[in-house]
Amino acid sequence: MDTPATYVQIAFIVISVPNLVVIVGMIALFIAALLAPFPGHRRAVDDGDERSD
Amino acid sequence: MTAMSAPTRPSAPEPTDATWTGAIRRLLERRLPLAHLLPVRQPFFVGSWVYVFGVVAITALIWVIGSGVVLAFFGPGWWHVSGIGRFVNSVHFWAVQVFFVFVVLHLWGQYFMASWRNGRATTWIVGVVIFVVSLVTGFTGYVSQQNLDAQWIALNAKDGINATGAGAFFNVLDFGQIYGIHVMLLPILVTTLVVVHVVQVRMRGVVRPIEVQSPVDDGGQRPDTTS
Repeated sequence: MDTPATYVQIAFIVISVPNLVVIVGMIALFIAALLAPFPGHRRAVDDGDERSD
Repeated sequence: MTAMSAPTRPSAPEPTDATWTGAIRRLLERRLPLAHLLPVRQPFFVGSWVYVFGVVAITALIWVIGSGVVLAFFGPGWWHVSGIGRFVNSVHFWAVQVFFVFVVLHLWGQYFMASWRNGRATTWIVGVVIFVVSLVTGFTGYVSQQNLDAQWIALNAKDGINATGAGAFFNVLDFGQIYGIHVMLLPILVTTLVVVHVVQVRMRGVVRPIEVQSPVDDGGQRPDTTS
């Protein structure tokens, strides 16, 4: 905890590894939330049912 | 003899808009009926993990407030001298991390959904204000740690804050002021704004995803709920 964090530098972008891990993790979680099926969710539009309104 | 009917009691007059309480009651009944405030079913499109981000953020906020209340009772130096205090302080810290992560994820989701559509602009604006006030709350929390980290942050922040002109009434080197703001004013403000934000969502309903929005603007009306 008392040691300085390791930094990554790409051109003018300088970011610590812990911050980079958090940001990448958030992006991964966001994409997973978009793609992962929601439990108990049933699509009702396959048969033309317009109950989605 | 003929039976006599019981005298009917005259009905009480309905409150009119002439009274401010009657006007508020009518406004609440029209804009926020109980069926909207406590729904038992949600629109079809709410079945996505993206809609969970906001709830997780509120859950984290509850943990932040709860652990913060305990820390406030025992004082800002408690976590330096007590194992339990250190644990509660860690709960407070990590709940804040979870809060900010999911607030930002919630913001991303609502931004890409253009959730300010159909009369929901004020809901979006209140959400942005919550985010900004939360940043200030987090900052005052870091300055209230009573350790070298807090001193380092305060000393480096004071010049920037003074440059904005806010240093005249927001002195990060004044621990009493910053601590008081952190444990009293800002938590009340954030909690109040979150309540307003949730009530606004209940009034308007959850915004439809762009791809299933009706070509006819719904005028800000709530979508029908389905199973």
